Formats: sequence, C-alpha cells, structure tokens
Amino acid sequence: MRTIEAIVITNTVKKLCVEANCYLGDDIKNRLTNAAANESWQQAKEILGHIIDNYQIAEQKGQPICQDTGVACVFLKIGQDVHVQGDITEAVNQGVRDGYRDGYLRKSVVADPLNRTNTGDNTPAMIYFDVVPGDQIEITVAPKGFGSENMSKIAMLRPSDGLEGVKEFVKQTVLAAGPNPCPPIVVGVGIGGTFDKAAYLAKKALLRPVDQPNGMPFYAQLEKELLEEINALGIGPQGFGGKTTALAVNIEHFPTHIAGLPVAVNINCHVTRHKTEVI
Amino acid sequence: MAIKINTPLTRDAARKLKAGDSCLISGVVYAARDAAHKRFCECIAANEPLPFDIEDSIIYFVGPTPAKPGEAIGSAGPTTSYRMDAYSPTLIKLGQTGMIGKGKRGPEVIEAMKKHGAVYFGAIGGCGALLSKCIKKAEVIAYEDLGAEAVRRLEVEDFPVVVVMDSHGNNFYETGPANYLAQNK
Repeated sequence: MRTIEAIVITNTVKKLCVEANCYLGDDIKNRLTNAAANESWQQAKEILGHIIDNYQIAEQKGQPICQDTGVACVFLKIGQDVHVQGDITEAVNQGVRDGYRDGYLRKSVVADPLNRTNTGDNTPAMIYFDVVPGDQIEITVAPKGFGSENMSKIAMLRPSDGLEGVKEFVKQTVLAAGPNPCPPIVVGVGIGGTFDKAAYLAKKALLRPVDQPNGMPFYAQLEKELLEEINALGIGPQGFGGKTTALAVNIEHFPTHIAGLPVAVNINCHVTRHKTEVI
Repeated sequence: MAIKINTPLTRDAARKLKAGDSCLISGVVYAARDAAHKRFCECIAANEPLPFDIEDSIIYFVGPTPAKPGEAIGSAGPTTSYRMDAYSPTLIKLGQTGMIGKGKRGPEVIEAMKKHGAVYFGAIGGCGALLSKCIKKAEVIAYEDLGAEAVRRLEVEDFPVVVVMDSHGNNFYETGPANYLAQNK
C-alpha cells in the first residue's frame, strides 16, 4: 500500500488546470495546420489561420486559449494499492480553486442550476473516479466549454436502427449544431452501455488524442467515415462554409442490453483541451 | 477590404451593412451576456435606467477571463448568442443597433433587426487570446456581483467581425455554406 498526501493531488490538479487552458495539445495543433493547408475556400483558410495565431499567442503569453475556461472535468484513475491521506474530492476541488485563481481563469460555475449564483471559484469540479490495478494515480483535467457542451445530444435508438441509425444521429447532431459550437469541432461519440454510460463514453472519447484511432478496426473505420461525411456537410470553420467542419471523430463503445442501442454525441470545439499526469 | 466602423453605430449605417461583409470596429462596445441581459430587461420592465445609453450601441456577448496585472483584459472571445434571444428584441426596439457574438439567432431577433435596423456580427469563437489584443481598455460599469458576467465598457480598436445577419434578412450562416457547396460539388 502506497500513501499519497492529498496536497499532492491538489497541486497536480492546479497545475493541470492552468496548462490545459493555456497550451493546446500537439494532436489538435497538427490537425489545424493540415486543415489550413488543405482548405480551398478562402474565408475558411483565413479563419483557420486566425485560430492558429490565437493558440500561439495564448502559448507565448500563458493566457487562456478561450475565455470559456470551462467547468473542470477531472478524471482520476486510482490504483487500488494507493491510500490517499485526506479527502480526495476536496483535494481535487482545492486544486481547481487554486488553479482558476492563480491562472487568471474564468469562474464559470453556478451553485444551483435554477438559482444561478456563481460559486466564485469554479468549483465544484465534475469528478470521475475509476479504480485500476497498481499504486499510482493518473489525473486528467479536461476543461469543458459550454458553447459546445450545449450542442451535445443523446438518443436511445432501436437495435434495428443499426450502424446507419448511429451515423445519421451523429450527422444530424452536428448539422443542428451548425455554427454554435465554434467549428471546427471534435466529435466524441459513445455507443452502447446504458443511458448515462453512453454519455460518459462520449465525454471520455474526447480525451483520446485525435491522432489515435479506436483500437478496433471496425470502429476506427467508422470514425474515418463519419469524419468524411461530416466534412462533406459544408458547414466549415465558424459556419461560414468550407470543408473543415470537424477535426476528428472519436468513438468509444461498450456492451449493451439486447433491447437497446444508446448513442451519445458530446461535441467539443477546436479548443479541445486536456492534460494528464501520473503521480 | 474590411469596412471600418466607428461607434456609435447609427441605424442608417447598420442598414448599409450586408451579410458576409468583413468589418473592423473601433470605439466603445459594451460587454454583456446572459445574466446581465436578464437584468437589463428587468430594468426596462420596472422603468429604471439602463447602465449605459442603449441608443446606437453595440453589445458584445462576452464574459472575459480576469485581466493579469498590466493587461486591459484577459481572453475575450464571443459566447454563443442564442441564449440572448429572449432579451435582444427588447433592446433593439430601444435603439441597440449592433450585437457581436457567434452562432445562430432565432426568428424573433431577426424580425426585430429587420424592423428597427440592427445588425448581428460574428467574431471568431475560440479566439479569445487573439481578440483580446484589440481591446485597449475595459471597465466594469454595472453588476460587479456577476463576476465574469458583469457589464463592461470596452474600448476597441479594429476589432475584426463578419456581418452574419443583416437588417434585410440575409444570413451568412445559410449563404456561406451554400455558396461553398455550390462551388465544390
């Protein structure tokens, strides 16, 4: 049994909140560079150029890439041989509090969904715990902006809807979102499980680097096909037309009930942010 | 070539702008989003004055990140505009001529824009660091308790936007992709 002090979790979460918000991952940067080179539509090309300038400025100045520094989604994979000295949930929230204050990040959380008073420190975080073998803790912080979160959808399809039904639902969700989620977007898709599990899988799909296809060839092929079909819709960067509507489609799947085919689509903008550290 | 706009934006000037025009805005715009818009409409209903002169004004739908020491403002890109659809027609009726945001608007806003002469600009979503360079001064003028959602008076210089919806009912979110698809069959 290895003991980890709660303060170590706090400090790691703090650091990851700031880094995720100010420094875009190489996978997204590469996709943006390629998209800018491949766009034939002039306005789309210019917008992609501005998006690239933007993340470079953010990186140089240590400034948030986007003003919506999100709700902090924190994923913890806790080794079953770890004992945490202290309150894990409070340790994570303290890390968010510290990171959002010292990193000059926006506090975007209201204490109650109907009586909407800002909590003032961006807590509570959305925390997802997983217990895994080992004596380490892997922490991922993924700040989630709500311009794109609001465009996400879930459907309980019939098994007879099959592959075509899933593809149609994903494409209709992207089409209905149009310019709202700041295209080019990253599309997280969760297929299977239960109502809530599908949504969780869709969110988890957004954590996988966009240059890593699904491990199963069938789903890797589906990711590729969906990306091509979404980019044929013509929505383009910011919804002004072009071939770059999405940078990637990431799919996660899970066994499900004989009567069901849950599918969830969690949309992210081009500022798809997540940073991970193992302690 | 981008069209230069100096605030205040008169109704006549707003009527001349066409969907798809690229513009650079200089002067004063007011930052306000969901919670501030709700309060504006409560003020109007109670016959109380608004925190700024709404006549010929431009409102930027933005909630910036906190400014670092020595900076005018933090990152400050547009937020999704449809959440202001419940409030914008009331403000347009009172003389607001410009809105800056991103994303679609509802029919009630489009009708008010046509009737009274107002324009909806799009700024690039997710480019808050880049756009903050065009904001030279920022001052909270109302509702400080709302934090990121407080009303701010912003002095902007050559702030880049595209006319998404004009006062004649044209919508660049429809014509832009349609033109692209027509030329890339």
